[in-house]
Amino acid sequence: MRVRLVDIAHARSGDKGDTANVGVIALRPEWYPVLAAHLTRERVARHFDGIIEGGVERYELPNLRALNFLLHGALDGGGTLSLKTDAQGKVFSTALLRMELEVPDAEARTAGLPAASAHGP
Amino acid sequence: MSRTVRVAGGQGFWGDWPEAPRRQVEGGPVDYLMLDYLAEVTMSILQKQKERDPAMGYARDFVDAMESVLTAVAERGVKVIANAGGVNPEACADAVQAMAVAAGRAGALRIGIVTGDNLLPRIDALLAAGHELRNMDTGEPLSVVRDRVIAANAYIGSVPIVEALARGANVVITGRSTDTALTMAPLRHEFGWGATEWDKLAAGIIAGHIIECGAQCSGGNCLHDWRNIPALADVGYPIVEGSADGTFVVTKHAGTGGRVSVPTVTEQLVYEMGDPHAYITPDVVADFTSIRLEDAGPDRVRVFGITGSPATDKLKVSIAYKSGYKAVGSLVYAWPDALEKAQLADRVLRERLDRLGLRFEKVLSEFVGASATHGPLAGDAGRHAPEVQYRIGVRGADRKQVERFTREIIPLVLNGPPSVTGFAGGRPKVEEIVAYWPALVDKSVVQTHVEVR
Repeated sequence: MRVRLVDIAHARSGDKGDTANVGVIALRPEWYPVLAAHLTRERVARHFDGIIEGGVERYELPNLRALNFLLHGALDGGGTLSLKTDAQGKVFSTALLRMELEVPDAEARTAGLPAASAHGP
Repeated sequence: MSRTVRVAGGQGFWGDWPEAPRRQVEGGPVDYLMLDYLAEVTMSILQKQKERDPAMGYARDFVDAMESVLTAVAERGVKVIANAGGVNPEACADAVQAMAVAAGRAGALRIGIVTGDNLLPRIDALLAAGHELRNMDTGEPLSVVRDRVIAANAYIGSVPIVEALARGANVVITGRSTDTALTMAPLRHEFGWGATEWDKLAAGIIAGHIIECGAQCSGGNCLHDWRNIPALADVGYPIVEGSADGTFVVTKHAGTGGRVSVPTVTEQLVYEMGDPHAYITPDVVADFTSIRLEDAGPDRVRVFGITGSPATDKLKVSIAYKSGYKAVGSLVYAWPDALEKAQLADRVLRERLDRLGLRFEKVLSEFVGASATHGPLAGDAGRHAPEVQYRIGVRGADRKQVERFTREIIPLVLNGPPSVTGFAGGRPKVEEIVAYWPALVDKSVVQTHVEVR
């Protein structure tokens, strides 16, 4: 089943130099394992391919039902150097939430995930 | 019920809501008001101001904030802790004292001044002694940009603030204290936490992280359920109710707008997070994976379970150096085919820059309304936008070339693609770039100093 990340998580992002961080938080406790299993470092790196210049790091915070991603080379040098509208990486959060995850049907049903089609065009 | 100490966050950065400090001390009981003024590049701005006028170099907004809370400080014993001193904490204290005298409250303030973070006068001595001050991101030694350095400050921790409080200060003004120390220090002072009580110190640091960005933990900039966050016009700034065992509750004054909930606090916890296992501060290394949050009633979140480990033997140093010039300009293109027109304008402008022989380190074009913030992830919805802002910026070492670029934007209104407006701001300004160079230095070389007057 295809699931829109924006339907199962909220997020906040910020900066440290040329790195943007995105914290992704499950909207329900039972959805955190879905994030942990499917929102992988590789998947996020693919999502931002061509948008960021460096690599991606991923950290798990099961206590907060959150994942933290560091997106390196995301901010055109960052801080005062950056020419970008989003020089501080404030809306990388919702850029990540644009992602859709493919979750096996049984797993999606057990977790009660909302299907992407419910909101689709 | 065991004793709690209330620390209120009243300012999340220099430029935050001027109403917030007064609302925090008047909206209900608080023991401490914590005001955070310093971002990564603020020190360099202040350093430039001090070079022009030796009586400047601090966050002047702080004097107004102090005036707005003066009655609470003088009559109700609220204490204020702020890193508003910038590169000139003494001058900041003078200005605050002058304000108090003018307000007829000459004897009300006992101002603690924390100094010792400023390493600018010592840079060459440090380099000569073998401290390379390598850039933490790139690994380069500071010698590469030494001649362009304009500010260098070590991030200092809770110890000198605790000392100032112990010596009776009711206002503590620091230079480059860490944001989190401003909250942890009063808790440490009140509860007598020792230098190796790592879990409690870490809890104080995390309390500081939660409230250091003002309303960003109490409903501001909160994506979760944003439509239903009540009365943002009247948003309540956050308050930490700390206990001796290191647990605390995050809340806000009754009757204010906004929201304090597990989701609003969680969003702030992940803000600007690096490796959550090791949030390194001068006092302690805090483990964000240990934090437990619990709903404790309306607009109350209990925070517990926090663990910390011993601090490192280094301090982070914030170094600012001049790094060329930049300018950003924009025009707005309207329907029909707004995006296509903006894209044509971009091609025309870039060709003109080429023909002029202008060379920049970077030229960045963005199309606001189509792809500026999410790039290709935004899809092609921008094709149908009623208007698109064309935004172009350049960065380079040669001020003259950047200046020349700024003259090429407005002519497009008459000699480029049609349906263009939004040029009222005129020619963009050339800005000198002051870039940030994070480094580490041995703790032993930084001695802080506390004066209470």
